[in-house]
Amino acid sequence: MISLQNISKQFGRFKVLTDVSFSCNKGECIALIGPNGSGKTTIIKSILGMVIPDSGTITFKGKSIANDYNYRSDIGYMPQMGRYPENMSIGQVLGMMKDIRKIPENLLDEDLIKSFGINKLLDKRMGTLSGGTRQKVSACLAFMFGSQALIMDEPSAGLDPVSSEILREKILVEKEKNKLVIITSHILSELDDLITEVIYMQDGRMLFQKSLHALRKDTGEEKLSRAIARVMRQQDESDGLQAARVNTSELRN
Amino acid sequence: MKKLVKYIITDILRSRIMIAYTVVLLVISFSVFSIEDNPAKGILSLLNIILFIVPLVSIIFSTIYIYNSNEFIELLVSQPLQRKSIWLSMFTGLAVSLSLAFFAGAGIAILLYAWSMTGLIMLGCGVLLSIVFAAIAMLASVKIRDKAKGIGTAILLWLYFSMLFDTLVLFLLFQFSDYPIEKGMVALSFLNPIDLSRVLILLRIDVSAMMGYTGAVFQSFFGSEGGMMIALAIMITWIAVPLSISTIRFNNKDL
Repeated sequence: MISLQNISKQFGRFKVLTDVSFSCNKGECIALIGPNGSGKTTIIKSILGMVIPDSGTITFKGKSIANDYNYRSDIGYMPQMGRYPENMSIGQVLGMMKDIRKIPENLLDEDLIKSFGINKLLDKRMGTLSGGTRQKVSACLAFMFGSQALIMDEPSAGLDPVSSEILREKILVEKEKNKLVIITSHILSELDDLITEVIYMQDGRMLFQKSLHALRKDTGEEKLSRAIARVMRQQDESDGLQAARVNTSELRN
Repeated sequence: MKKLVKYIITDILRSRIMIAYTVVLLVISFSVFSIEDNPAKGILSLLNIILFIVPLVSIIFSTIYIYNSNEFIELLVSQPLQRKSIWLSMFTGLAVSLSLAFFAGAGIAILLYAWSMTGLIMLGCGVLLSIVFAAIAMLASVKIRDKAKGIGTAILLWLYFSMLFDTLVLFLLFQFSDYPIEKGMVALSFLNPIDLSRVLILLRIDVSAMMGYTGAVFQSFFGSEGGMMIALAIMITWIAVPLSISTIRFNNKDL
Protein backbone atom coordinates (compact mmCIF):
# COMPACT_ATOMS: atom_id res chain seq x y z
CA MET A 1 0.00 0.00 0.00
CA ILE A 2 2.79 2.39 0.94
CA SER A 3 6.24 1.84 -0.43
CA LEU A 4 9.42 3.86 -0.14
CA GLN A 5 12.28 3.45 -2.58
CA ASN A 6 15.73 4.78 -1.76
CA ILE A 7 14.55 7.79 0.20
CA SER A 8 17.31 10.18 1.24
CA LYS A 9 16.93 13.49 3.00
CA GLN A 10 19.38 16.04 4.22
CA PHE A 11 18.66 19.05 6.45
CA GLY A 12 21.53 21.40 5.79
CA ARG A 13 24.63 19.31 6.39
CA PHE A 14 22.83 16.81 8.56
CA LYS A 15 21.84 13.58 6.84
CA VAL A 16 18.52 12.52 8.34
CA LEU A 17 17.63 9.65 6.02
CA THR A 18 20.01 7.59 3.94
CA ASP A 19 18.65 5.29 1.30
CA VAL A 20 15.59 4.05 3.16
CA SER A 21 13.40 1.53 1.31
CA PHE A 22 10.53 -0.51 2.61
CA SER A 23 6.97 -1.34 1.76
CA CYS A 24 3.93 -2.11 3.81
CA ASN A 25 0.60 -3.67 2.99
CA LYS A 26 -2.99 -3.73 4.12
CA GLY A 27 -3.76 -5.52 7.35
CA GLU A 28 -0.28 -4.98 8.72
CA CYS A 29 0.49 -3.11 11.88
CA ILE A 30 4.00 -1.78 11.69
CA ALA A 31 6.10 -0.42 14.52
CA LEU A 32 8.72 2.12 13.53
CA ILE A 33 11.34 1.81 16.22
CA GLY A 34 14.67 3.46 16.78
CA PRO A 35 16.60 5.75 19.12
CA ASN A 36 15.89 9.50 19.27
CA GLY A 37 16.94 11.29 16.13
CA SER A 38 17.02 8.14 14.03
CA GLY A 39 14.67 9.63 11.43
CA LYS A 40 11.35 8.02 12.36
CA THR A 41 9.35 11.25 12.34
CA THR A 42 11.03 12.35 9.10
CA ILE A 43 9.90 9.11 7.43
CA ILE A 44 6.34 9.69 8.58
CA LYS A 45 6.47 13.30 7.48
CA SER A 46 7.77 12.28 4.04
CA ILE A 47 4.90 9.83 3.62
CA LEU A 48 2.47 12.61 4.48
CA GLY A 49 4.13 15.05 2.11
CA MET A 50 5.29 17.42 4.85
CA VAL A 51 8.93 16.75 4.10
CA ILE A 52 9.99 16.51 0.49
CA PRO A 53 12.76 13.90 0.08
CA ASP A 54 15.94 14.85 -1.80
CA SER A 55 15.88 11.62 -3.76
CA GLY A 56 13.84 8.47 -4.06
CA THR A 57 10.14 7.90 -4.59
CA ILE A 58 7.23 7.19 -2.30
CA THR A 59 4.18 5.48 -3.71
CA PHE A 60 0.76 5.16 -2.16
CA LYS A 61 -1.52 2.52 -3.67
CA GLY A 62 0.90 2.27 -6.59
CA LYS A 63 0.89 5.97 -7.43
CA SER A 64 3.74 8.34 -6.71
CA ILE A 65 2.80 10.94 -4.10
CA ALA A 66 5.03 13.67 -5.52
CA ASN A 67 2.94 16.74 -6.41
CA ASP A 68 -0.23 14.97 -5.37
CA TYR A 69 -2.40 15.76 -2.39
CA ASN A 70 -5.59 13.75 -2.90
CA TYR A 71 -3.99 10.53 -1.70
CA ARG A 72 -4.04 11.94 1.83
CA SER A 73 -7.82 11.49 2.00
CA ASP A 74 -7.01 7.82 2.65
CA ILE A 75 -4.64 8.53 5.53
CA GLY A 76 -5.47 9.32 9.13
CA TYR A 77 -2.59 11.00 10.91
CA MET A 78 -2.07 11.55 14.60
CA PRO A 79 0.83 13.92 15.24
CA GLN A 80 3.31 13.71 18.11
CA MET A 81 2.34 17.11 19.43
CA GLY A 82 -1.02 18.35 18.27
CA ARG A 83 -1.49 22.08 18.65
CA TYR A 84 -4.53 23.86 17.35
CA PRO A 85 -5.60 27.50 16.95
CA GLU A 86 -6.12 28.68 20.51
CA ASN A 87 -9.47 30.32 20.11
CA MET A 88 -11.16 27.51 18.21
CA SER A 89 -13.41 25.23 20.21
CA ILE A 90 -13.13 21.45 19.97
CA GLY A 91 -16.44 21.40 18.10
CA GLN A 92 -15.08 23.87 15.55
CA VAL A 93 -11.90 21.86 15.00
CA LEU A 94 -13.94 18.69 14.43
CA GLY A 95 -16.33 20.62 12.15
CA MET A 96 -13.47 22.09 10.17
CA MET A 97 -11.92 18.67 9.56
CA LYS A 98 -15.31 17.31 8.47
CA ASP A 99 -15.56 20.21 6.01
CA ILE A 100 -12.09 19.45 4.67
CA ARG A 101 -12.66 15.72 4.26
CA LYS A 102 -16.20 16.08 2.88
CA ILE A 103 -17.31 12.68 4.14
CA PRO A 104 -21.06 12.19 4.75
CA GLU A 105 -22.09 12.30 8.39
CA ASN A 106 -23.29 8.67 8.51
CA LEU A 107 -19.89 7.31 7.43
CA LEU A 108 -18.00 9.11 10.19
CA ASP A 109 -16.41 6.98 12.88
CA GLU A 110 -17.15 8.77 16.14
CA ASP A 111 -16.37 5.91 18.53
CA LEU A 112 -13.35 7.62 20.04
CA ILE A 113 -15.19 10.91 20.50
CA LYS A 114 -17.68 9.03 22.64
CA SER A 115 -15.26 6.83 24.54
CA PHE A 116 -12.89 9.70 25.31
CA GLY A 117 -15.85 11.81 26.43
CA ILE A 118 -14.90 14.54 23.96
CA ASN A 119 -18.57 15.17 23.10
CA LYS A 120 -19.02 16.75 26.52
CA LEU A 121 -16.20 19.24 25.89
CA LEU A 122 -17.23 20.50 22.45
CA ASP A 123 -17.48 24.14 23.56
CA LYS A 124 -14.05 24.26 25.21
CA ARG A 125 -11.40 26.35 23.49
CA MET A 126 -8.27 24.54 22.33
CA GLY A 127 -6.04 27.02 24.17
CA THR A 128 -7.48 25.97 27.54
CA LEU A 129 -7.01 22.21 27.05
CA SER A 130 -4.33 20.12 28.70
CA GLY A 131 -1.77 18.30 26.56
CA GLY A 132 -3.52 14.97 27.12
CA THR A 133 -6.91 16.25 26.02
CA ARG A 134 -5.36 17.79 22.89
CA GLN A 135 -3.81 14.41 22.19
CA LYS A 136 -7.26 12.82 22.51
CA VAL A 137 -8.63 15.32 19.99
CA SER A 138 -5.78 14.41 17.62
CA ALA A 139 -6.64 10.73 18.01
CA CYS A 140 -10.33 11.40 17.30
CA LEU A 141 -9.39 13.30 14.14
CA ALA A 142 -7.11 10.51 12.93
CA PHE A 143 -9.78 7.82 13.28
CA MET A 144 -12.87 9.84 12.42
CA PHE A 145 -12.81 9.41 8.65
CA GLY A 146 -12.33 5.64 8.44
CA SER A 147 -9.11 6.07 6.45
CA GLN A 148 -7.40 3.04 4.90
CA ALA A 149 -4.05 3.87 6.44
CA LEU A 150 -3.43 5.15 9.96
CA ILE A 151 -0.17 6.79 10.87
CA MET A 152 0.54 7.59 14.49
CA ASP A 153 3.57 9.36 15.88
CA GLU A 154 3.97 8.52 19.58
CA PRO A 155 0.23 8.08 20.09
CA SER A 156 0.29 7.35 23.81
CA ALA A 157 2.62 10.19 24.82
CA GLY A 158 0.71 12.33 27.30
CA LEU A 159 -2.33 10.05 27.53
CA ASP A 160 -3.44 8.66 30.87
CA PRO A 161 -3.45 4.83 31.24
CA VAL A 162 -7.21 4.52 30.75
CA SER A 163 -7.21 6.59 27.56
CA SER A 164 -4.17 4.88 26.13
CA GLU A 165 -5.93 1.54 26.72
CA ILE A 166 -9.01 2.87 24.86
CA LEU A 167 -6.76 3.96 22.00
CA ARG A 168 -5.07 0.57 21.94
CA GLU A 169 -8.39 -1.22 21.72
CA LYS A 170 -9.38 1.09 18.88
CA ILE A 171 -6.17 0.38 16.98
CA LEU A 172 -6.80 -3.37 17.37
CA VAL A 173 -10.33 -2.97 16.02
CA GLU A 174 -9.06 -1.01 13.00
CA LYS A 175 -6.32 -3.56 12.36
CA GLU A 176 -8.99 -6.25 12.16
CA LYS A 177 -10.69 -4.22 9.44
CA ASN A 178 -7.70 -4.92 7.18
CA LYS A 179 -6.21 -1.45 7.47
CA LEU A 180 -2.58 -0.47 7.51
CA VAL A 181 -1.36 0.94 10.81
CA ILE A 182 2.06 2.53 11.28
CA ILE A 183 3.08 3.44 14.82
CA THR A 184 6.21 4.96 16.26
CA SER A 185 6.62 4.57 19.97
CA HIS A 186 9.26 4.43 22.65
CA ILE A 187 7.06 2.43 24.97
CA LEU A 188 7.72 -0.98 23.47
CA SER A 189 5.73 -2.94 26.06
CA GLU A 190 2.44 -1.55 24.80
CA LEU A 191 3.20 -2.56 21.23
CA ASP A 192 3.59 -6.28 22.03
CA ASP A 193 0.26 -7.72 20.95
CA LEU A 194 -0.56 -4.85 18.62
CA ILE A 195 2.02 -5.10 15.90
CA THR A 196 2.84 -7.60 13.22
CA GLU A 197 6.07 -6.10 11.89
CA VAL A 198 9.01 -4.10 13.11
CA ILE A 199 11.08 -1.60 11.17
CA TYR A 200 14.21 -0.67 13.05
CA MET A 201 15.93 2.62 12.29
CA GLN A 202 19.31 3.88 13.36
CA ASP A 203 21.15 7.06 12.31
CA GLY A 204 18.83 7.58 9.36
CA ARG A 205 19.30 4.08 8.00
CA MET A 206 16.86 1.24 8.08
CA LEU A 207 18.60 -1.67 9.79
CA PHE A 208 15.91 -4.28 9.23
CA GLN A 209 12.26 -4.96 8.53
CA LYS A 210 11.11 -8.17 10.16
CA SER A 211 7.86 -9.69 11.20
CA LEU A 212 7.40 -9.87 14.95
CA HIS A 213 7.44 -13.64 14.68
CA ALA A 214 10.81 -13.70 12.92
CA LEU A 215 12.25 -11.19 15.37
CA ARG A 216 11.19 -13.36 18.31
CA LYS A 217 12.73 -16.41 16.66
CA ASP A 218 16.02 -14.68 15.81
CA THR A 219 16.57 -13.21 19.22
CA GLY A 220 14.98 -15.96 21.28
CA GLU A 221 13.10 -13.38 23.31
CA GLU A 222 9.33 -13.38 23.74
CA LYS A 223 8.93 -9.70 24.71
CA LEU A 224 9.42 -7.05 22.05
CA SER A 225 11.28 -4.75 24.44
CA ARG A 226 13.80 -7.48 25.27
CA ALA A 227 14.16 -8.50 21.63
CA ILE A 228 14.91 -4.91 20.60
CA ALA A 229 17.32 -4.49 23.50
CA ARG A 230 19.17 -7.59 22.30
CA VAL A 231 19.32 -6.26 18.74
CA MET A 232 20.70 -2.95 19.98
CA ARG A 233 23.32 -4.71 22.05
CA GLN A 234 24.38 -6.86 19.10
CA GLN A 235 24.64 -3.70 17.04
CA ASP A 236 26.89 -2.08 19.66
CA GLU A 237 29.05 -5.19 19.86
CA SER A 238 29.55 -5.40 16.13
CA ASP A 239 30.37 -1.70 16.07
CA GLY A 240 32.85 -2.29 18.89
CA LEU A 241 34.33 -5.27 17.08
CA GLN A 242 34.80 -3.22 13.95
CA ALA A 243 36.47 -0.44 15.91
CA ALA A 244 38.76 -3.01 17.50
CA ARG A 245 39.66 -4.42 14.09
CA VAL A 246 40.50 -0.95 12.82
CA ASN A 247 42.66 -0.39 15.89
CA THR A 248 44.64 -3.58 15.46
CA SER A 249 45.19 -2.92 11.78
CA GLU A 250 46.48 0.52 12.67
CA LEU A 251 48.82 -1.02 15.22
CA ARG A 252 50.20 -3.42 12.62
CA ASN A 253 51.03 -0.58 10.33
CA MET B 1 -10.68 26.71 1.05
CA LYS B 2 -13.55 29.11 1.74
CA LYS B 3 -14.54 27.15 4.83
CA LEU B 4 -10.97 27.04 6.10
CA VAL B 5 -10.80 30.84 5.79
CA LYS B 6 -14.01 31.14 7.76
CA TYR B 7 -12.61 29.07 10.64
CA ILE B 8 -9.33 30.99 10.66
CA ILE B 9 -11.13 34.34 10.74
CA THR B 10 -13.35 33.32 13.65
CA ASP B 11 -10.26 32.12 15.49
CA ILE B 12 -8.35 35.38 14.93
CA LEU B 13 -11.25 37.69 15.70
CA ARG B 14 -11.72 35.97 19.03
CA SER B 15 -8.13 36.55 20.13
CA ARG B 16 -7.55 39.10 22.87
CA ILE B 17 -4.90 41.03 20.96
CA MET B 18 -7.27 41.59 18.08
CA ILE B 19 -10.04 42.84 20.37
CA ALA B 20 -7.60 45.13 22.19
CA TYR B 21 -6.32 46.48 18.85
CA THR B 22 -9.85 47.32 17.72
CA VAL B 23 -10.73 48.98 21.02
CA VAL B 24 -7.53 51.06 21.04
CA LEU B 25 -8.17 52.24 17.47
CA LEU B 26 -11.77 53.03 18.39
CA VAL B 27 -10.79 55.11 21.42
CA ILE B 28 -8.04 56.95 19.53
CA SER B 29 -10.13 57.75 16.48
CA PHE B 30 -13.16 58.97 18.37
CA SER B 31 -11.11 61.06 20.79
CA VAL B 32 -9.06 62.63 17.96
CA PHE B 33 -12.19 63.66 16.10
CA SER B 34 -13.91 65.01 19.20
CA ILE B 35 -10.87 67.08 20.22
CA GLU B 36 -10.42 68.65 16.76
CA ASP B 37 -13.45 70.50 15.50
CA ASN B 38 -12.03 70.67 11.98
CA PRO B 39 -12.28 67.18 10.37
CA ALA B 40 -9.27 67.84 8.11
CA LYS B 41 -7.12 68.49 11.17
CA GLY B 42 -8.55 65.40 12.77
CA ILE B 43 -7.60 63.36 9.72
CA LEU B 44 -4.06 64.70 9.90
CA SER B 45 -3.64 63.74 13.56
CA LEU B 46 -5.23 60.36 12.99
CA LEU B 47 -3.04 59.78 9.91
CA ASN B 48 0.18 59.80 11.91
CA ILE B 49 -1.21 57.46 14.52
CA ILE B 50 -2.62 55.05 11.96
CA LEU B 51 0.55 54.97 9.88
CA PHE B 52 2.39 54.05 13.07
CA ILE B 53 0.07 51.50 14.67
CA VAL B 54 -1.52 49.66 11.73
CA PRO B 55 1.71 48.35 10.14
CA LEU B 56 3.17 47.48 13.55
CA VAL B 57 0.20 45.44 14.71
CA SER B 58 -0.35 43.84 11.31
CA ILE B 59 3.20 42.62 10.84
CA ILE B 60 3.81 41.44 14.41
CA PHE B 61 0.43 39.84 14.95
CA SER B 62 0.63 38.00 11.63
CA THR B 63 4.16 36.75 12.28
CA ILE B 64 3.29 35.46 15.73
CA TYR B 65 0.08 33.90 14.46
CA ILE B 66 1.89 31.99 11.72
CA TYR B 67 4.55 30.72 14.12
CA ASN B 68 1.92 29.65 16.64
CA SER B 69 0.01 27.85 13.91
CA ASN B 70 3.05 25.78 12.92
CA GLU B 71 1.67 22.48 14.21
CA PHE B 72 -1.78 23.35 12.92
CA ILE B 73 -0.37 24.00 9.46
CA GLU B 74 1.39 20.61 9.66
CA LEU B 75 -1.91 18.97 10.46
CA LEU B 76 -3.58 20.73 7.54
CA VAL B 77 -0.78 19.62 5.22
CA SER B 78 -1.45 16.01 6.27
CA GLN B 79 -5.04 16.44 5.05
CA PRO B 80 -6.09 16.22 1.40
CA LEU B 81 -5.44 19.91 0.80
CA GLN B 82 -3.13 21.68 -1.58
CA ARG B 83 -0.32 23.50 0.14
CA LYS B 84 -1.04 26.58 -1.91
CA SER B 85 -4.63 26.75 -0.72
CA ILE B 86 -3.58 26.28 2.92
CA TRP B 87 -1.12 29.15 2.69
CA LEU B 88 -3.52 31.44 0.85
CA SER B 89 -6.26 30.61 3.37
CA MET B 90 -3.95 31.64 6.19
CA PHE B 91 -3.19 34.87 4.36
CA THR B 92 -6.82 35.60 3.54
CA GLY B 93 -7.80 34.90 7.13
CA LEU B 94 -5.17 37.30 8.46
CA ALA B 95 -5.84 39.98 5.86
CA VAL B 96 -9.60 39.92 6.28
CA SER B 97 -9.54 39.97 10.07
CA LEU B 98 -6.89 42.72 10.27
CA SER B 99 -8.89 44.81 7.78
CA LEU B 100 -12.11 44.16 9.70
CA ALA B 101 -10.46 45.20 12.95
CA PHE B 102 -9.15 48.37 11.32
CA PHE B 103 -12.51 49.11 9.80
CA ALA B 104 -14.37 48.62 13.06
CA GLY B 105 -11.75 50.55 15.03
CA ALA B 106 -10.95 53.54 12.83
CA GLY B 107 -13.30 53.26 9.88
CA ILE B 108 -16.51 54.03 11.72
CA ALA B 109 -15.12 57.27 13.21
CA ILE B 110 -13.70 58.34 9.85
CA LEU B 111 -17.00 57.72 8.08
CA LEU B 112 -18.94 59.54 10.79
CA TYR B 113 -16.72 62.60 11.23
CA ALA B 114 -14.83 62.93 7.96
CA TRP B 115 -17.13 61.68 5.25
CA SER B 116 -15.13 62.90 2.25
CA MET B 117 -12.86 61.61 -0.49
CA THR B 118 -9.91 62.16 1.85
CA GLY B 119 -11.56 60.07 4.55
CA LEU B 120 -12.29 57.28 2.09
CA ILE B 121 -8.72 57.31 0.79
CA MET B 122 -7.48 57.08 4.36
CA LEU B 123 -9.78 54.13 4.98
CA GLY B 124 -8.52 52.43 1.83
CA CYS B 125 -4.89 53.09 2.77
CA GLY B 126 -5.43 51.62 6.24
CA VAL B 127 -6.98 48.46 4.84
CA LEU B 128 -4.30 48.13 2.16
CA LEU B 129 -1.51 48.68 4.69
CA SER B 130 -2.98 45.95 6.92
CA ILE B 131 -2.90 43.54 3.99
CA VAL B 132 0.57 44.61 2.79
CA PHE B 133 2.10 44.03 6.19
CA ALA B 134 0.31 40.70 6.62
CA ALA B 135 1.88 39.63 3.30
CA ILE B 136 5.33 40.82 4.39
CA ALA B 137 4.90 38.95 7.69
CA MET B 138 4.06 35.74 5.82
CA LEU B 139 7.24 36.11 3.78
CA ALA B 140 9.34 36.68 6.92
CA SER B 141 7.85 33.70 8.74
CA VAL B 142 8.22 31.28 5.86
CA LYS B 143 11.87 32.20 5.35
CA ILE B 144 12.93 32.01 8.99
CA ARG B 145 12.45 28.82 10.96
CA ASP B 146 13.19 30.17 14.42
CA LYS B 147 10.30 31.98 16.10
CA ALA B 148 12.37 34.51 18.06
CA LYS B 149 14.44 35.41 15.01
CA GLY B 150 11.30 35.69 12.91
CA ILE B 151 9.58 38.09 15.28
CA GLY B 152 12.81 40.10 15.56
CA THR B 153 12.95 40.35 11.78
CA ALA B 154 9.32 41.49 11.69
CA ILE B 155 10.09 44.29 14.16
CA LEU B 156 13.16 45.31 12.15
CA LEU B 157 11.14 45.37 8.94
CA TRP B 158 8.55 47.60 10.58
CA LEU B 159 11.30 49.87 11.92
CA TYR B 160 12.76 50.11 8.43
CA PHE B 161 9.49 50.96 6.73
CA SER B 162 8.25 53.44 9.31
CA MET B 163 11.50 55.18 10.34
CA LEU B 164 14.76 54.15 8.71
CA PHE B 165 13.42 54.60 5.20
CA ASP B 166 12.48 58.24 5.89
CA THR B 167 15.91 58.95 7.29
CA LEU B 168 17.45 57.50 4.18
CA VAL B 169 15.21 59.61 1.96
CA LEU B 170 16.10 62.76 3.92
CA PHE B 171 19.78 61.91 3.61
CA LEU B 172 19.45 61.50 -0.17
CA LEU B 173 17.42 64.69 -0.36
CA PHE B 174 20.15 66.75 1.28
CA GLN B 175 22.96 65.07 -0.60
CA PHE B 176 21.38 65.72 -3.98
CA SER B 177 19.57 68.95 -3.21
CA ASP B 178 21.43 70.70 -6.03
CA TYR B 179 19.96 68.39 -8.63
CA PRO B 180 16.40 68.17 -9.96
CA ILE B 181 15.33 65.10 -8.01
CA GLU B 182 11.63 65.82 -7.65
CA LYS B 183 10.58 63.09 -10.07
CA GLY B 184 12.97 60.69 -8.42
CA MET B 185 11.26 61.40 -5.13
CA VAL B 186 7.97 60.20 -6.59
CA ALA B 187 9.64 56.96 -7.63
CA LEU B 188 11.28 56.68 -4.21
CA SER B 189 7.92 56.87 -2.48
CA PHE B 190 6.89 53.73 -4.36
CA LEU B 191 9.50 51.83 -2.40
CA ASN B 192 7.63 52.24 0.86
CA PRO B 193 3.91 51.56 1.21
CA ILE B 194 3.69 53.66 4.38
CA ASP B 195 5.20 56.71 2.67
CA LEU B 196 2.99 56.20 -0.33
CA SER B 197 -0.11 56.28 1.88
CA ARG B 198 1.16 59.35 3.70
CA VAL B 199 1.79 61.24 0.47
CA LEU B 200 -1.60 60.27 -0.92
CA ILE B 201 -3.44 61.64 2.09
CA LEU B 202 -1.26 64.69 2.75
CA LEU B 203 -1.82 65.87 -0.81
CA ARG B 204 -5.54 66.04 -0.18
CA ILE B 205 -5.14 68.26 2.85
CA ASP B 206 -4.20 71.92 2.67
CA VAL B 207 -0.78 71.35 4.23
CA SER B 208 0.50 70.14 0.86
CA ALA B 209 0.82 73.80 -0.09
CA MET B 210 3.76 73.98 2.31
CA MET B 211 5.69 71.18 0.68
CA GLY B 212 7.26 73.43 -1.96
CA TYR B 213 8.23 72.34 -5.44
CA THR B 214 8.44 68.64 -4.57
CA GLY B 215 4.94 68.91 -3.22
CA ALA B 216 3.80 70.41 -6.50
CA VAL B 217 5.37 67.56 -8.46
CA PHE B 218 3.68 65.06 -6.15
CA GLN B 219 0.43 66.94 -6.55
CA SER B 220 0.58 66.85 -10.31
CA PHE B 221 1.40 63.14 -10.26
CA PHE B 222 -0.89 61.75 -7.56
CA GLY B 223 -3.56 64.43 -7.86
CA SER B 224 -4.79 63.03 -11.13
CA GLU B 225 -6.94 59.95 -11.41
CA GLY B 226 -4.22 58.13 -13.32
CA GLY B 227 -1.80 58.80 -10.48
CA MET B 228 -4.24 57.36 -7.98
CA MET B 229 -4.57 54.26 -10.11
CA ILE B 230 -0.79 53.91 -10.25
CA ALA B 231 -0.62 54.28 -6.46
CA LEU B 232 -3.23 51.56 -6.06
CA ALA B 233 -1.33 49.33 -8.47
CA ILE B 234 1.85 49.86 -6.46
CA MET B 235 0.07 48.93 -3.24
CA ILE B 236 -1.30 45.77 -4.86
CA THR B 237 2.21 44.93 -6.07
CA TRP B 238 3.35 45.29 -2.46
CA ILE B 239 0.79 42.63 -1.55
CA ALA B 240 1.25 40.34 -4.54
CA VAL B 241 5.05 40.10 -4.61
CA PRO B 242 5.70 39.04 -0.98
CA LEU B 243 2.66 36.78 -1.08
CA SER B 244 3.67 34.94 -4.23
CA ILE B 245 7.30 34.55 -3.11
CA SER B 246 6.15 33.17 0.22
CA THR B 247 3.68 30.80 -1.47
CA ILE B 248 6.43 29.39 -3.68
CA ARG B 249 8.69 29.00 -0.64
CA PHE B 250 5.94 27.33 1.36
CA ASN B 251 5.22 24.90 -1.47
CA ASN B 252 8.75 23.51 -1.22
CA LYS B 253 9.27 23.88 2.50
CA ASP B 254 10.00 21.00 4.84
CA LEU B 255 7.69 21.28 7.80
